[in-house]
Formats: sequence, C-alpha cells, structure tokens
Amino acid sequence: MERTTLDLWVGAFVVAGLGALVVLALKVGNLSTYNVSESYVLQAHFTNVGGLKPTASVRSSGVLVGRVTGIVLDTERYEARVTMSIDKRYQFPKDTFANILTSGLLGEQYIGLMPGGDDVMLKSGDEFKKTQSAVVLEDLIGKFFTSSVDAK
Amino acid sequence: MPVAKSLKVIGRRSINAVWRIGYASRFFVMTLFYSGTSFRRFRLTVKEMFSSGVMSLIIILVSGMFVGMVLGLQGYETLKRYGSESALGSLVALSLVRELGPVLAALLFASRAGSAMTAEIGLMKATEQIAAMEMMAVNPIARVVAPRFWAGVISMPLLAALFSAMGVFGGYVVGVVIIGVDEGSFWSQMQASVDFQHDVLNGVIKSFVFGLAVTAIALFEGYDAPPTAEGVSGATTRTVVQSSLAILMLDFILTAFMFQGA
Repeated sequence: MERTTLDLWVGAFVVAGLGALVVLALKVGNLSTYNVSESYVLQAHFTNVGGLKPTASVRSSGVLVGRVTGIVLDTERYEARVTMSIDKRYQFPKDTFANILTSGLLGEQYIGLMPGGDDVMLKSGDEFKKTQSAVVLEDLIGKFFTSSVDAK
Repeated sequence: MPVAKSLKVIGRRSINAVWRIGYASRFFVMTLFYSGTSFRRFRLTVKEMFSSGVMSLIIILVSGMFVGMVLGLQGYETLKRYGSESALGSLVALSLVRELGPVLAALLFASRAGSAMTAEIGLMKATEQIAAMEMMAVNPIARVVAPRFWAGVISMPLLAALFSAMGVFGGYVVGVVIIGVDEGSFWSQMQASVDFQHDVLNGVIKSFVFGLAVTAIALFEGYDAPPTAEGVSGATTRTVVQSSLAILMLDFILTAFMFQGA
C-alpha cells in the first residue's frame, strides 16, 4: 500500500472537519468555561424562581462560580428548591445571601451570591438560609400602580 | 368503468410503493451487512470520501460563509430594534449550530454528492458493469455501494461542522468587522448561550442522521434505476427531491426530540 495525493486530500478534509468541531466546542460553545475542577453542591429555597432555568449561572461579584443543576418544587414548604454545583475553589460563609437577579432588563436570570461575614463556611449539601426571590415584572408594575393610587 | 380503472391504478401504485419500500429496506440491510469490505479495504472508502466529501468542500465553505454573513446582517437589523445587538453572536451561532449548519450542509450534500452517486451507480448498472461484477463473483454491494455509503456517513458531520464554523466566521466578519458590534460581547454572549452537549453535539447527531438518509436514498435510487438514459436521469431527480424531503422531515422529528421544553 503506497501513499497517494488522494490520501493527502482526504486527510486534510478530515483534519479540517475535526478542527471545525473543536472550534465549535471551544470558541463557540461553552466547553472552555466548564470547570474540570471539582465542585460541591449547595441548595437554596426560593418563594419564586421566576424564569430561572437549569444550567443558569451562579455568580458572585459578577464572577462565574457555578451552575444551577436542578429546580424542583419542595412540597413540604411549597417553595422552589434550587440545587447548584459550585466550584470547589470558592467557599462561601454560612450567612451568604442568594438572590435571583436578571442580567439586563430582559436578559437571562442568574443567582447572585452576596457573601456575609460568618467564619463558618458552607459545606456540600448545605443550604443558603437567606434568599431573595426573582423580581416578577407584573408584581412590580402592580405595586407601582397601587402605590400611586394610594398617594392621591 | 372509469371508477374501476382508477381504483386499479391506485391499487397498483400502492402495491408498487410498498414493494419498493421493502426492496429498499433489504438493500439497506445488505449494505450494512456487507460493509466489512469498506473498512478492511479502507482505501475504497477513502477514494469515495474524496469524491463526495473533499469535492463538496468548496460549495460547503462558500455557502456557509454567505449564510453566516446574511444571518449577521438580518440579525443585526432585528436585534437593533430591541437594543440588544450584543446578542448577535448567540443568534448567529445558535441558529447555525442547531439548524442551519446540519440542514443546509445536508441539502447541499444531497444535490452535490448524492445526485452524483445516483448517476454513477445508475450508469454502472446501465452499462452492465454491476452485472459484470456479479459474473466475476464480486459482490457489487460490498465493492461499490458500501464504501460510498460509509464515505457519505463519515463526511456529512465533518461538512456540517465546517459549514457552521464558516458561518460563525461570516457572522463575525459582518457583525464585528463591518458593522462594528463589540467583539467581546459577540463572543462572550455566544459562549454563554451555546452549550456543547445540548447544541453542538446534537447538531453533530443531526448531520450524522442526515448523512445516513441522503446516502442511503442516493445509493438505492442509483441501484434501482431503470438501465436507460431516461431512467438514470429520473433516478437522479428523485434522489434530490426525496433526500431533501427526508432531511427536512427528519430535522423536524429530531428537533422535537432534542429541544423539547428546554
């Protein structure tokens, strides 16, 4: 079996195709932002998660520290229980606030963590005690109208 | 009786259609069964990859580039109204990786390589080369059909990935270089919204399925073509029509499975 120029062309084609896949994975997709480092699980209860979705980002001071892995309705408390996996490199104090925030006016919703001052850090499986639900635009408009009626 | 006559015609046509489906399925199974040769003598498959994959590169790359550029222009015009031009990157990348890349690459592949496959095999049959092979105890399905099949199936995902990558580049050229959308937000919004498993891998699976469908249809139409000039030309037309329809229908089915409620 000898090499021919045909092999060269087909080889170049295969290499280019696989290269395109790598570009799609790294440059276009989020494979590069996935942390291969270890993560641990934290939970939080929210009265309303709004438009939060699994795989939404968890940020602290704007830095991506983890992702939401699951949202279920906790039928004991009738609240949404959100589980998230947090990068092991980041530890948070026990009295950290977990808020559901929106990036931009109509942007995606994410969880923002505001660290408190406690010395004890949250361990895997622990829960954020202090949470703030998503701001629902309709509620906000409703409040605005009722308050402006009251003011008259 | 015109009624009885038309009933006869309908009956004959439906029986013929079912007959053909059965024959096509048997042909497909035979192709899979005799694929051993196309891997043991991989040179055969490589040769077909050259004619179906490498020769389709130019049209795939150029069309990918232009589709991306159009997406960049149109997307910018629409997003500008809502003041969210920064989302241009995610619009271009998501529509390419999820839909346009696999579907358009497959449609181009069907008309560029699929029709050629049908014409080639149809002509081989018309000039009795296939019968000659059988005479020499060479299995034409193992020797002619299976290598072309696997070449198409391997080439298709690679072509679709190249199409998408080229399209993203085209969108980048129009959006960032010409119109002047912020480069940082173009890429970061894109990376934030395109998920590797959910979007990129599903696109690859789609193009793989399209590759299977297109090559299977093209090869069967060629193998089943009446051995006349008219027959071969009719088979080539049917290949393009049927594989285009198959691509679009399969795309709907696959999309419904992959992106439901997510």
